[in-house]
Amino acid sequence: MRAIATFLYGRRGFYLSLLLLPPLLWLGTVYLGSLFALLVQSFYAIDEFTARIVPNLTLATYRQLVSHPANVDIILRTLSMAVAVTLTAAVISFPVANYMARYASPRMKAFFYVGVMVPMWTSYLVKVYAWRLVLAKQGVLSWFVDRLGLAPVLDAALTTPVIGGPSLASSYLGMFVVFVYMWLPFMILPLTAALERVPASLLQASADLGARPAQTFRNVVLPLALPGLAAGSVFTFSLTLGDYIIPSVVGAPGYFIGMMVYQQQGTAGNLPLAAAFSVVPIILIAIYLSLAKRLGAFDAL
Amino acid sequence: MRFSRNRDWNRASFGQKLAAFAGLAFLHLPVFVIVLYAFTTEDRTYQFPPPGLTLHWFEVAFGREDIWAALRLSLSVAAVATGMALVLGTLAAFALARSRFRGREIITLLFVLPIALPGIITGIALLSAFKLGGIQPGYWTIVTGHATFCIVIVHNNVIARLRRLPQSWIEASMDLGADGMQTFRYVILPQIATALLAGGMLAFALSFDEIIVTLFTAGHERTLPIWFFNELFRPRERPITNVVAVSVVLITLVPILAAYWLTRPSEPESK
Repeated sequence: MRAIATFLYGRRGFYLSLLLLPPLLWLGTVYLGSLFALLVQSFYAIDEFTARIVPNLTLATYRQLVSHPANVDIILRTLSMAVAVTLTAAVISFPVANYMARYASPRMKAFFYVGVMVPMWTSYLVKVYAWRLVLAKQGVLSWFVDRLGLAPVLDAALTTPVIGGPSLASSYLGMFVVFVYMWLPFMILPLTAALERVPASLLQASADLGARPAQTFRNVVLPLALPGLAAGSVFTFSLTLGDYIIPSVVGAPGYFIGMMVYQQQGTAGNLPLAAAFSVVPIILIAIYLSLAKRLGAFDAL
Repeated sequence: MRFSRNRDWNRASFGQKLAAFAGLAFLHLPVFVIVLYAFTTEDRTYQFPPPGLTLHWFEVAFGREDIWAALRLSLSVAAVATGMALVLGTLAAFALARSRFRGREIITLLFVLPIALPGIITGIALLSAFKLGGIQPGYWTIVTGHATFCIVIVHNNVIARLRRLPQSWIEASMDLGADGMQTFRYVILPQIATALLAGGMLAFALSFDEIIVTLFTAGHERTLPIWFFNELFRPRERPITNVVAVSVVLITLVPILAAYWLTRPSEPESK
């Protein structure tokens, strides 16, 4: 054993490849191989009479994906939700991240850090379920809304076309709240890290030179926080695009990409269409990443 | 967002503080709700506030064999997946921590991809591969899916620690006559032990709780999250679901907090 170890220390390249081989083999075959299989499946199509998958490469499934207005609606609906969730998460995260990065004492910062980590790591499914309890008709939220005399506001929101519904637990508005909640920590943590790197002297200089707080925010803080916002938004955007649990548990009637993928491979038995649908978020995420890169979001990372 | 006008740069204004704490409170709201509802006496609706509190549902849940079976499966899958991830993830971290070689960027990308892409992609991709390969979904397909993202977690944890380990220590050890095995055993391993433990616990918690990939790879097996997911659409037994929810939170929270404590940045590390 020792002889082998000494032998290896002298031959660095060989030693490295020996270390790297097993994990690389695993991710290379299992993960990349599966992604390839996914791509292959999406170029298969289902025989409409026998409901069997025909293993010939064809574009028929993709044609089916883009030619059905309902499918296009699903993609646009998911995309709008992802954009709305990302923007809102960024807005809500800012005060929390800013306080953590700039004002909190070390002890308070640790408190906030754990305070963000614990809900983030709490069981995903349990959190979704908890939101059902919160949003239900007789649930926690409606009780508070009644007590605070805000019932007309809630009713107005629920009767608004598109975002409304019979109750918060079955409306796009409720689903949106749950999405924002779920991915909020993924935005807060990178944003805090980015804001921590903004020197306080820059803000003082900006103020000394006569900038109003809003100007300082727009011209100094925001550009420097951009890498953090970009990193966080990659999570919020990509997680919303791929999720199928939240839309099916806190459900509005409309379908989302993830639900289509899950339903098509399951009850519908159309694995090719499910595969084609799941290629959509990959493409959208790739476009998003290249856009963010062009805007210089990753330059400071 | 506003900055206080009084130029007292170390103090947050009341509004800023309030917004920060409100954000934090928002994050904790569902956790409190779950704890509260586990004790409610109401068994049909989501009525709030609960009309009364009871421990009865814990007793009922403890007597349910289907829950125990699902729990055992989840623990077993998490243990095996974590074990595989500890070996493979650590190997990768050692190989990638300090080396420079062509293609390193691509390999690094490969080691973040399973958590960078949404879980549903991993799930449907694995299922496509199983279908193409004629593999019947079951216990080992669940483990395969979980191990894939657990490797990434362990790799991230270990590589972060290895990068902080001064290279000079290893050189000093070798100069003083230790061979590779001894250096590993007495210098490197003690330094990365907590990172291994933390990475393992995070991987375990993540696997224990995973639903998005698992629903695609489980076949007829029922892990605890799958049991829970099915229960959400069969609302007959809400009180039992509530009890399981609280138990799951506790089971995952312990390793998470332990992992945080083991890797917290303020840890006095012998430099």
